[in-house]
Amino acid sequence: MHPYLISLFSGLLIGTSVWLMLAGLGRVTGISGIAATALTAPKESLWRFAFLAGLIGGGLLFVRLFGTAAAGVATTPWLIVAGLLVGFGTVLGGGCTSGHGVCGLGRRSPRSLIATLTFMAAGMATVAVIRVLNGSAA
Amino acid sequence: MSGTTNIRAVAIAFLAGLIFAAGLTLGGMMDPRKVQGFLDIGALFGVGGGKWDPSLAFVMGGALVVSLLAFGGVKSHHVPWVTARFELPTRRDIDAKLVVGAILFGVGWGIAGYCPGPALASLFTGGTDILWFLGAMLPGMLVAKKWFS
Repeated sequence: MHPYLISLFSGLLIGTSVWLMLAGLGRVTGISGIAATALTAPKESLWRFAFLAGLIGGGLLFVRLFGTAAAGVATTPWLIVAGLLVGFGTVLGGGCTSGHGVCGLGRRSPRSLIATLTFMAAGMATVAVIRVLNGSAA
Repeated sequence: MSGTTNIRAVAIAFLAGLIFAAGLTLGGMMDPRKVQGFLDIGALFGVGGGKWDPSLAFVMGGALVVSLLAFGGVKSHHVPWVTARFELPTRRDIDAKLVVGAILFGVGWGIAGYCPGPALASLFTGGTDILWFLGAMLPGMLVAKKWFS
């Protein structure tokens, strides 16, 4: 199958997950929000921990099954900087790729449209700077 | 969430997490190189010497089609299967926190090639890289929660 068709099918799976959370629990599947709220309000977060268990367990299972190899693109100090920025930024901005990008755009939310365009642009600008500073592609 | 519906809610959420992880894995979104490859828009203009990888756009596109149908299908008289009501975001205003947060997130996403979903799903497969990343991401979330809510 063409790689882009596989990508499209993968997206349909992610969409199915979003539909299941909406139809079943009446919630958006915003992973930064789910993770952050599970940390700060663990007692009311049984379903959040269940989702995270499925996500993390599924990651382990499906990486084994599909054999997708991942390789890091940043050194340890930069991973820490990036982790802080992603954690802080997604909570401050009220969402990440799933919450704003998939669910928010699906809800036709103007906030999520602005957020998605902004983090996409910021990510693209960052990679452009990295590529220029490195002098060549990794 | 009442006691009788709790176990069903947990089962649905767990299944949703599994399916989400299947999509991320199959689509290669757990690989930071593929994510950076999409963000490497300069490659389209010959900057940096890399090759642009549109995979993420197809993954997002597929997810968005289902999401648009799902959210579009929710009517005011509907109730979810196992909870009393829909609890969806209602804000529609654009404020500085939204934009600044999205910028900070985007910069971190570009540096590491990880956003929260794939990062969490990589916990047991991403080696020490992901432990450093998540070890910083979760405290970053806590600090933002403490300061801004």
